[in-house]
Amino acid sequence: MKPVLTPLGDAALLIELGSRLDPALNARARRLAEALNRRPEVEEAVPGHCSVTVYYDPDRTGWERLAQVAGRALAAPHSVAAPGRLHRIPVCYDGQDLLECAERLQIASELLIRLHGEPTYRCFMVGFVPGWGYLGTLDERLRLPRRDRPRPRVLPGSVAIADDQTGIYPLAVPGGWNLIGRTPMKVLLPDSNLMSILRVGDRVKFYPI
Amino acid sequence: MAEIFRVMAAGRWTTIQDLGRAAARHLGVPVGGAMDRFALVAANRLVGNPDDAAALECSVPGTDLEVLSAGLVAVTGGNPAPRLNGTPIPAWTSIFVGPGDRLSFPSHGGGARAYLAVGGGFRGEVWRGSMSTFTLLGRGGFEGRPLRPGDRLERVVDPQPGVAGRHLSEAQRPAYAPQPELRVVAGPHLGRLSPADRSHLVEDFWTVSPQSDRMGYRLEGRTLQIGPSTTVSFALTAGCIQLPPSGQPLLLMADHPTAGGYPVIATVCRADLPLAAQLGEGDRLRMRVVTVEQALAAWQERVTALAEIGPPRVSRRAAR
Repeated sequence: MKPVLTPLGDAALLIELGSRLDPALNARARRLAEALNRRPEVEEAVPGHCSVTVYYDPDRTGWERLAQVAGRALAAPHSVAAPGRLHRIPVCYDGQDLLECAERLQIASELLIRLHGEPTYRCFMVGFVPGWGYLGTLDERLRLPRRDRPRPRVLPGSVAIADDQTGIYPLAVPGGWNLIGRTPMKVLLPDSNLMSILRVGDRVKFYPI
Repeated sequence: MAEIFRVMAAGRWTTIQDLGRAAARHLGVPVGGAMDRFALVAANRLVGNPDDAAALECSVPGTDLEVLSAGLVAVTGGNPAPRLNGTPIPAWTSIFVGPGDRLSFPSHGGGARAYLAVGGGFRGEVWRGSMSTFTLLGRGGFEGRPLRPGDRLERVVDPQPGVAGRHLSEAQRPAYAPQPELRVVAGPHLGRLSPADRSHLVEDFWTVSPQSDRMGYRLEGRTLQIGPSTTVSFALTAGCIQLPPSGQPLLLMADHPTAGGYPVIATVCRADLPLAAQLGEGDRLRMRVVTVEQALAAWQERVTALAEIGPPRVSRRAAR
């Protein structure tokens, strides 16, 4: 798909590079965000799954001019990005929804646990709430929609799945994903400069404890 | 430092806010800050502060403060109806207060949020470059939380003398109303609505539901049909109007989730976010689609309006 550029109000621009979970598209989005973040008129460029949202100073540029800049950055030759950092994350697979998920997927919960721990996931995006990383791609045999009724409060450290992704709740928030386990590892460090251990392009491997 | 207020009654939700924290969206942290940035900046200029000084954002009515030391204050917002020792005082005007005075907001003047600035600015916890209270994480402002009775607020002592009686005339303020028309820029996914639903979006009134807060407003009205939302998420901004599968739009406000996968059908322009910020449960809004150029012209009008008070003072933080 050809990139689609649309204004997001009068001080931001959304650049959509595709519409599916794809590591190559995501790597492209990350590179584009990095290039745009180097420009003084850009306040911040944030990569999405297969998009970049550019927040800019309208006193210094316009969205059409930024669109040209983005087009040039996309066309520029690039080297292959180094693989992101690898996080090994322990999980106690005793989530509230584990048995229900196994039942709905018509697999044994042992297999669910094994399939969830097998891939090395890519962090496609950080956002939604502080420290949340969207991790993919989930095994096709594990795909369930979000819950019809989101829980009013999901505990931090909950490991969850929904559609083709998995993630770790960094703090207590309402949540609609299916809870399959818990990790003792902290993914959100509000008072450190790092703040979130996950960055776009990082790799995550879960192992059972 | 000087203690300026003791909180006698906090009201529904009163927090310390400034213009927010930039460039932390990639960590999942929204800009946050004042919902009504025009009112915040106006209040600050009226007392001679830099535009980004911290002030109180009070969900009115209910907030009641005892003054502990002399200071210059100004109240702004959507017709906030402040009282000093029980007597109505003008809003959008700087005024001196002294120890023992009571500053309160006993009645609902129309708008949902009043802003109270004090000469020098409120002092709060700085987190990631801003004093704005981010309650989701419990950081910034006053212990990262809304105020409670008994809290004692401090201000920064400003060596620059303030001037009482500075005023911003009504003609220069946003046209606050319980049924405002908000100018929006067409969103990336507006085209996924049927032509009929597109006209409903702009012709209908949308009611702000009780499930509305600093993160965003649920808007109630006719159910709009849109194709399935994708599982790919992208980064959002305040003002974005998302359309979840329920068909009832969500208007994102200051503390919004930084990412989402729902289609964005429109974005409220920055000039009209103050009008949205003053809406409460049951208020109704309409939308009018404008171009980016028109939205920027509307923003320039706000900038010019604020200049009636005086030029912006350079921020201490920016100067550092």
